[in-house]
Amino acid sequence: MRHQLALQIGPVGFRVGSAWRAPLDALAALYADYPKPADGLCDFTVRLEPERPWRRFIRPSVAIRGDYILPDAAPLSLAHGLLAAEMGMNLQMALEQKHYLLLHAATVEKDGRALVMTGESGAGKSTLAALLGERGWRLMGDEFALLDMESGMLLPFPRAISLKNGAIAVMEAEVDPSRFGPRLDGTPKGAIRHMRPNASAIGRMGEGAMPALILFPRFGQAASVRGVGQAEVFIRLTQASTNYVALGRRGFDALTRLVRSIPALAIDYPDTDTAVGLIDDFRRELAA
Amino acid sequence: MAGARYIAEPESEVDAVALDGLTLLFHTPSGMTHIVAAPAPEILDALRGGPADAAELIRRLRLRFDFEGNESEAAIHARLDELEAAGLVRRA
Repeated sequence: MRHQLALQIGPVGFRVGSAWRAPLDALAALYADYPKPADGLCDFTVRLEPERPWRRFIRPSVAIRGDYILPDAAPLSLAHGLLAAEMGMNLQMALEQKHYLLLHAATVEKDGRALVMTGESGAGKSTLAALLGERGWRLMGDEFALLDMESGMLLPFPRAISLKNGAIAVMEAEVDPSRFGPRLDGTPKGAIRHMRPNASAIGRMGEGAMPALILFPRFGQAASVRGVGQAEVFIRLTQASTNYVALGRRGFDALTRLVRSIPALAIDYPDTDTAVGLIDDFRRELAA
Repeated sequence: MAGARYIAEPESEVDAVALDGLTLLFHTPSGMTHIVAAPAPEILDALRGGPADAAELIRRLRLRFDFEGNESEAAIHARLDELEAAGLVRRA
């Protein structure tokens, strides 16, 4: 590849190669404070290549490649090259990660207790994690929770946070402009702007935490809280996992242990401030 | 006339975890996770005493559980078919 960048994010080393310079410059700026993989070894490789050789110059369009490829991953315009790099990193993790049980979930930590938030796309877990990360919690990740199957600990994976549509303004009001990537309009998911986690999240990316609470947030309803039974939690988490089936019995043991060891709540919330208030209440109850 | 005889997958191949009223079964040979309610775990347990046809299975279950008329027997037949389809029970 003409241009390359290596990044360490939590326990995972990535190498991103690109036929163009611009997406990697954007990626390097967004991940400015992240370490390089300590031994130079990378777990996953992502490649951004022209769809056809000649398209590097004529109406360039980016195809995402890697060790695993989704045949229907849509090519993106070069203007969205940063998004392609981010999607490629997600894709390699989702399909290839064998060391950890991977949950499509956001994780934050305070006082050594980790809160796992999962739900359908648009439930607001990413926005909530981003906001909590600026209000006294440590952001561990907004996209994937990595469950260590031996210890039961959650490991941080603090990628740049992918803010979508309405969440962009919420976080722009909260965070220094230097931590944002370019605003990408007209992507398949609408407007997207990436935000670099704060120094504490990046500095402590090697530090895991034991899970203490599972939350299923849902945005856009009057505030309410209900307990969720363990069998329902198990089913929802298998649906939220990208590699549960591939891990076999180790995944079953780890997930049943998680579900039996900590409580789970479903919360509805009308706005993010209400949700942050509810979550701080839960934390105080867990600490009591 | 005796019907088909069934045996259950051995306990070593099926990890069972009870979660509030339901039972999760991880079937090692297929790598599949099944979520079942009573009386499915009880049927597997009863069949581990040796191969049995439906009548013998019901007799074994009656020793341990209260049955209410023929409806329960129909339910046992239905669960047996489901467990067979899931690969947790097979014909002896």
